[in-house]
Amino acid sequence: MWKTLRQIERIGIISEPPPAGDESLRVAHALQSRILDVLGRALCIRHIDAGSCNGCELEIHAVNNPIYNLEGLGIRFVASPRHADLLLVTGPVSRHMETAVRRTYAATPEPKLVVALGDCGCTGGIFGESYASCGRVSNVIPVDVAVPGCPPSPTRILQGILAAISRPATAAAGAAAHP
Amino acid sequence: MAHRAWLNLVDTQPGAPGLRTLTVSDEEWREVAQELAAAGGRLVALWASEDSRSLPIVRAVFLAEKSGLVLNLSVSDPQAPYPGLEDIFPAAARMQRALADLSGLRSTDSDTRPWLRHAAWPQSYRPLIDPKPQLPVDDPALDAYEFVRVEGEGVHEIAVGPVHAGIIEPGHFRFSVVGEKVLRLEERLAYVHKGIERRFTELPILEGHRLAARVSGDSAVAFSWAYCQALEGVAGTQIPARAAWLRALCLELERVANHLGDLGALGNDAGFAFGLAQFSRLKEHLLRAIHAALGERYLMNAIVPGGTRFDLESSGARQLANCVDELAREALNLRAIYDEHEGVRDRFHGAGVVTPKLAARLGLTGLAGRASDQAFDLRIDLPCEPYTELAPAKIARTEGDVAARVAVRFDELQESCRLIRRILDALPAGPHLAAVHAPADRAIGAGLIEGWRGPVFVALEAGTAGTIRRCHPHDPSWQNWPVLEHAIIDNIVPDFPLINKSFNLSYSGHDL
Repeated sequence: MWKTLRQIERIGIISEPPPAGDESLRVAHALQSRILDVLGRALCIRHIDAGSCNGCELEIHAVNNPIYNLEGLGIRFVASPRHADLLLVTGPVSRHMETAVRRTYAATPEPKLVVALGDCGCTGGIFGESYASCGRVSNVIPVDVAVPGCPPSPTRILQGILAAISRPATAAAGAAAHP
Repeated sequence: MAHRAWLNLVDTQPGAPGLRTLTVSDEEWREVAQELAAAGGRLVALWASEDSRSLPIVRAVFLAEKSGLVLNLSVSDPQAPYPGLEDIFPAAARMQRALADLSGLRSTDSDTRPWLRHAAWPQSYRPLIDPKPQLPVDDPALDAYEFVRVEGEGVHEIAVGPVHAGIIEPGHFRFSVVGEKVLRLEERLAYVHKGIERRFTELPILEGHRLAARVSGDSAVAFSWAYCQALEGVAGTQIPARAAWLRALCLELERVANHLGDLGALGNDAGFAFGLAQFSRLKEHLLRAIHAALGERYLMNAIVPGGTRFDLESSGARQLANCVDELAREALNLRAIYDEHEGVRDRFHGAGVVTPKLAARLGLTGLAGRASDQAFDLRIDLPCEPYTELAPAKIARTEGDVAARVAVRFDELQESCRLIRRILDALPAGPHLAAVHAPADRAIGAGLIEGWRGPVFVALEAGTAGTIRRCHPHDPSWQNWPVLEHAIIDNIVPDFPLINKSFNLSYSGHDL
């Protein structure tokens, strides 16, 4: 036990300050104020892999590490869409996941946000549209913010999530005020 | 041994070292497979292609001792089933079902349920053969898949997925349980089937490595290297020594990064969140050092035909060396903490056991295989440059439980750190890229690389004017998913996430 405690003490707190939300990632402006009135910044995210190669998942894991420390911002991943405010969707939507994605979206209470993650989520990526792939996420459900990258870095993911929950006009000020 | 007689009849297969190729008749197909099985051989992959007269060919690749064999069966009557191999190599079962879904050929084996095909396309459409895809249905109905039912007093089913509760890939698990005890698990996969094999045929052959790297993102280096090895084999390209060493550097970095991620997640699944925090810290340090040295955190674009996209500067090499030294030290400390933690020990030991005998019978492969005494590693048994010189140590355990799969990861982590140091110290000078010209039409290459999860295989058939006629990528998860169904039997439901994580199989790499 003392080894564990000594390691915790030795490493200390290593979280870095978060980046500001990146407004350029926003693709829709609907509902923004209404959502923020309800949520503030305490946000619950449900991740859906809709057909990803699992590269984006590796970087989503990273935003939960002690260095990016997403939970330190009051934002956490939840196990059910019923508990979620935001859906974080990766991959081109495979036709085999299309129904599951639509149902998960329907199971998420209003008001809700959708962030499409990665080149595939944004455009269909290298997989495109085919007999097996519906292409980008917005071909299947409405998308508020789209974060490109293959995979996007944890910083880009944070910028996308924070853009989704920032008021467009005051995004920069809001981020600057955060410690 | 009997299989040696076959090996005398064969031709050399371009691509990975030690591979031969042989075309056989219907009767010989099973005969060769039986002899290979008797000699301790293992089935790596099974897929279908077409010959120059558009007649189907079923191909399989096997590894036996220090050699490998690509076996080809010309199918003269596509309506008649070809001889199935399920009784000889159980792992063939799902591969044959997938082959039927994509290429329309049936085997003689009894399970004719679809495997990769759900309701997105009709049985009559063969994605790899028929030129025009059918128009997809707007709102595809859910298909009725026939799970095997377990009946008896007190038995009930738990259905999980495709959308899981964590940040993981989608798939469906059907548990039949009594109380907490699992009687049977049946997997249903292919939710992330996105048409990768057909997509390959739409890309120029000199661009296919980009798609190969995205077959399973966590094994990007292994797949893109296997693709390039197949391509360079048929194109007659000799890559520079520095390129081979840089590729090995990338492959070992990928192995270390994945092992760090898994060791943290396994601690977390055993209720020890400290482990996740510590290992994810080490992993982040490593990814940043890789980014500084090689230009990206995950090496999705590092391996290109002819060599590597990036060269390594001395400052980046120093940074990588320091990072690897530090994390090897830290991982030793954390291993001691895991070993001494009673709660962790209690969860790891005896959970999800796959005995060496069962592992051999089912063909458990790669990292999970080595934890069940299947001590096979391509880097040692069928090495390509630079592993011939690096001479990695072989790591194996016999217990076959979660603890053994954790121990193999800890040991491989240290060994890969040693290899990385050795590569950084002895990296040959010279160019890191050679020119590659598109190979001749119908040339066939095979790539075989020991990824962090196990052997990654790519078969590549060139088309006319720099196109791809057929490309079949194979992830070792194909072999190991069916074994997970056995590993969970008699364990309790709450141990499933831990046991599943200890295998950490790819959905995308399997579903294609």
